[in-house]
Amino acid sequence: MTPRTAKFTVNGALLLLALVVVFPLLWMLSVSFMQRGEASAFPPPLLPAHATFANYRELFEHAGMGRYLFNSLFLATTVTLLSLAFNLSAGYAFAKLRFAGRERIFQALLGALLVPAQVGMIPLFLMMKWMHLVNTYGGVIVPCLTTAFGIFLVRQYARSIPDDLIEAARIDGAGEWRIFLRIILPLLKPVIVTLAIFSFLNTWNDFMWPLIVLSDREWLTAPVAIASLSREHVQDYELMMAGSVVTILPVLALFLVLQRHYIQGLLLGSVKG
Amino acid sequence: MNRRWLPWTFVGPALLVLGAFFVLPVLAALLLSFTDFDLYALADIRNMRVVWFDNYLEVLSTPLFWKSLLNTLYFVGVGVPLSIGASLGAALLLNSPLAKFKGLFRTALFAPVVTTVVAVALIWRYLFHTRYGLINFALTHLGFAPIDWLGDPHWSMPAIIVFAVWKNFGYNMVILLAGLQSVPVELYEAARIDGASAWRQFRHITLPSLRPVLLLVAIITVAGYFQLFAEPYVMTRGDPLQSTVSVLYYMFQQGFEWWNLGRATAIAFLLFALTLLVTRVLLRFGRRGEESGA
Repeated sequence: MTPRTAKFTVNGALLLLALVVVFPLLWMLSVSFMQRGEASAFPPPLLPAHATFANYRELFEHAGMGRYLFNSLFLATTVTLLSLAFNLSAGYAFAKLRFAGRERIFQALLGALLVPAQVGMIPLFLMMKWMHLVNTYGGVIVPCLTTAFGIFLVRQYARSIPDDLIEAARIDGAGEWRIFLRIILPLLKPVIVTLAIFSFLNTWNDFMWPLIVLSDREWLTAPVAIASLSREHVQDYELMMAGSVVTILPVLALFLVLQRHYIQGLLLGSVKG
Repeated sequence: MNRRWLPWTFVGPALLVLGAFFVLPVLAALLLSFTDFDLYALADIRNMRVVWFDNYLEVLSTPLFWKSLLNTLYFVGVGVPLSIGASLGAALLLNSPLAKFKGLFRTALFAPVVTTVVAVALIWRYLFHTRYGLINFALTHLGFAPIDWLGDPHWSMPAIIVFAVWKNFGYNMVILLAGLQSVPVELYEAARIDGASAWRQFRHITLPSLRPVLLLVAIITVAGYFQLFAEPYVMTRGDPLQSTVSVLYYMFQQGFEWWNLGRATAIAFLLFALTLLVTRVLLRFGRRGEESGA
């Protein structure tokens, strides 16, 4: 193979692959602007004959999508902020503070990473029921307040902070919490951004737990709502695609803006070995 | 005294939450799986009885459980190699010195990973539509007969696998790409001077160097694919002929449609045990290969 054909093959293959991968997303966008029934044709149309916002209007005016998106946004934001507070302080302590049983507790945390969430899901549901948190925001938020993964990620990152820095602040008479808030947190900025995107995306995209703990219409998250809408509107492709667009768009946009941090976090998290 | 207790104000809250909402439910699950906790017990806990291993025995003698297990093993057995193959192929292309616009391509290929499963599963449900789906349109264009993807029990699981590969391959691609970038360039230079072909370089330099990363990726993916749930929930509801009922879907049905919570917990434990077993075997297998390969 000559260098030129090799170059052509590699880039051609990449382009083809990228087109195949992105196509479903573009097609979703296109169908969401089609008139009712337009997508049910053979051959399937690629672009709307007359672009319309009717599906989006229907979604927000009749299907209550605004409410579901608000629920998702509120839950993802709250979980992100609260879990940051829990995971940052704990992760820092595991990296830099001395306390009895630190290593053993940390090993147990690593062990917890191996247990899939659904093992405890049914007792958790019963707990939520007894705490009257079923069908409330609290039912979604409380179990996500802290994650072993988040603590682990912060600890890995915080270990690189020099001990001298903390020691110097102590000699100056600063209290531990003051050191954490004033000196450590600014240094943890990269891992804060990473962790924030992770927990926002995970909470937004989560399906099984919200499906279990939320059943009243008014509390549903966007993914649970479009899953149930899709059962009522099996034939309404255009409407459902509009539902998919508004569900995916916020997380996709967030990823596109902050992707460097997301991918760094992914790599940091996967080399835990 | 102050100094000794202060660290606990940092870790205490997080550990309390993890203890209350993770450790406690997992331990309670073990106990619950030995009871006949159901709708009546939900109304009044006094209706609950300890049945020891009855849940496990009953589950293991239910044909639908075995069917869901086979379906899940099919999904894992075919889906994991295909996913990792796609990830590796894409990572190799992106790592090629000849590739242009690497950042742009990486973003495009990674995009499905961050999308919401339910929302993209709806797209694929339409792509797989027998009459109006673009996939059948492409197939008939190429001279093949159209396939009833989500309506034919032989094709429903392959359709879900295709969807899962599309959705997930970008994740491992990024990890493998980082692995490829850490292979020393000198190795390739030396091989080229020795006149080794591209295939031989891949076989004798790239693959051995990637081994630990591939093992890691395989374990993460296997553990994740055993938890198949949202895809069949949205695309097929477990049909046709229960060909896409996964173990987790079966657990969901037992627990939250029929409210057999004790039995559902037993199913969760069986799935957990199986996942641990398979990832353990994979780890041992991978490590042994490493030693003999060295």
